[in-house]
Amino acid sequence: MQVEAYEGEEMILNMGPQHPSTHGVLRLELQTDGEVVQKITPHIGYLHRCFEKHAENVDYPGVIPYTDRMDYVASMNNSLGYALAVERLMGIEVNDRVKTIRVLVAELNRIASHLLSVGTYAMDIGAYTPFLHCFREREKILDLFEWICGARLLYNYNWVGGLSHDLPDGFAGKARQFLAEFEPVIAEQNELLSFNKIFIERTCGVGVLSEELALAYNVTGPNLRASGVQWDLRKEEPYCGYETYDFNVPVGQGQLGPLGSCWDRYYVRVREMEECIKIIRQVLDRLPEGDVQEKVPKKVKPPKGEVYGRSETPRGELGYYIVSDGTLNPFRIKVKSPCFTALAVLPVISRGEMLADIIAVIGSIDIVMGEVDR
Amino acid sequence: MKTAPEILQVLQEEFPGRLVKSELNVADPFAVVEWGAILEVCTFLKNNHDMAFDTLACLSGVDCKRFKGEPERMEVVYHLFSMKLRHKFVLKVELSRENPSLSTVEGIWANGNWHEREAYDMFGIRFEGIATCAASFAPMTGKDIRSARTMSSRRPIAACRSNRSSSLWRWQPKGLPVGTNPFKA
Repeated sequence: MQVEAYEGEEMILNMGPQHPSTHGVLRLELQTDGEVVQKITPHIGYLHRCFEKHAENVDYPGVIPYTDRMDYVASMNNSLGYALAVERLMGIEVNDRVKTIRVLVAELNRIASHLLSVGTYAMDIGAYTPFLHCFREREKILDLFEWICGARLLYNYNWVGGLSHDLPDGFAGKARQFLAEFEPVIAEQNELLSFNKIFIERTCGVGVLSEELALAYNVTGPNLRASGVQWDLRKEEPYCGYETYDFNVPVGQGQLGPLGSCWDRYYVRVREMEECIKIIRQVLDRLPEGDVQEKVPKKVKPPKGEVYGRSETPRGELGYYIVSDGTLNPFRIKVKSPCFTALAVLPVISRGEMLADIIAVIGSIDIVMGEVDR
Repeated sequence: MKTAPEILQVLQEEFPGRLVKSELNVADPFAVVEWGAILEVCTFLKNNHDMAFDTLACLSGVDCKRFKGEPERMEVVYHLFSMKLRHKFVLKVELSRENPSLSTVEGIWANGNWHEREAYDMFGIRFEGIATCAASFAPMTGKDIRSARTMSSRRPIAACRSNRSSSLWRWQPKGLPVGTNPFKA
């Protein structure tokens, strides 16, 4: 960075790494002309914990707690992606009970993750009440998870070949009760926040991500769908029996302002929560019998080879490139994290925005630095 | 949608002699491309309307030093996917461990820039022509990353492999006088 190259009136500011609104330890070097940001250079790595290096030194089941800690808000989805990739490498086919429960916890975690994303986004914009409502509902989901596997946030639940614990008795009843309590909350959220004039003014027309740009940068997940692209890995490359469930994939429609704005990204997440409720209801009606640890191998030793397995997490397409050399430890695991690629688009869509709008854009992309940095 | 054998055949016809080897009988079929040909092959795969590989799903660096029975080398692995035509393919390029460098594909797929910066930080693979100001993971000192003292080289983990995943993202040069700006070093 050469300071001399900048013109007189411009300032270089650091936003982060300690900042209440950057969703983790993200440092943004802003080059601002007064209030307008001309250029952003993200500096990441403040939460780098050498996941890929650690994964080479533990065995395959031992990697699962590390995968939980990447996107710590949606751990079930992370470990699901990893378990699926290793099972594909080993040729393990799990039974229906495992598949169904995997969908159940993945969708519950998707609701929890979107609640956090939507709630903290509201807080970043300045509305504090929806944050509390969202977290109150999220606490109910975390209570359910604690009942299943003993942990609130980092579960170590999806194992290679099965699950760590079966669902406790009475779980379906409690889960249905939660869904019944949660559905009116989404309507309340829309009333309070989604169509609130101030919120719309702050988010519509801000940080517009066009379809071409989103595809060029391989943005995935709700960010891509908000730009009008109908693409969800649960429908395109279904896993765990997703093709047998009836649900829609919400896509941004640009009903309040340009398509691909912050508001679209936020609203796609709200609508996705409604779809998750649908899926969970179908799962709870289904729940087949079986042993969840039937196919869990004593020693996970995949044959020599490699695989790229991907799944749809609440933040987008999470890819695991696993190289196995036939031993008990993975040779190489590379994680393609959706937040990493989404963050790449941040400097492009926030050029020319004002400082307060940068906060809106970062929150709408919904990054979790644990996943960006691994 | 094309199958992997069809994609490989098209590549072999278009770039005769420039595919070092290929493997179709695996979970993710791949082709190893000659070092100098990667940019042309990627451009072809993106622009050709029958291939239409519009997405670079993942770009990974792999250090194959202690992979049993194989010569020491580094690899860059490109996982390509076509959202339009719904097919996928994997390209690999083999590099030497001493001075790994490769052309950048950021002109073809914009997200290549960030993946390549990560491969540079982790493995020291230089990508020619990459725009260095787009994202910054490690302080730009201009020094060769492998000559820097890294955390893993100071305290080697007993069971660690030669995969040089170093946590250089927080590396700061030691021994500079107080007040020196490390970013201008």
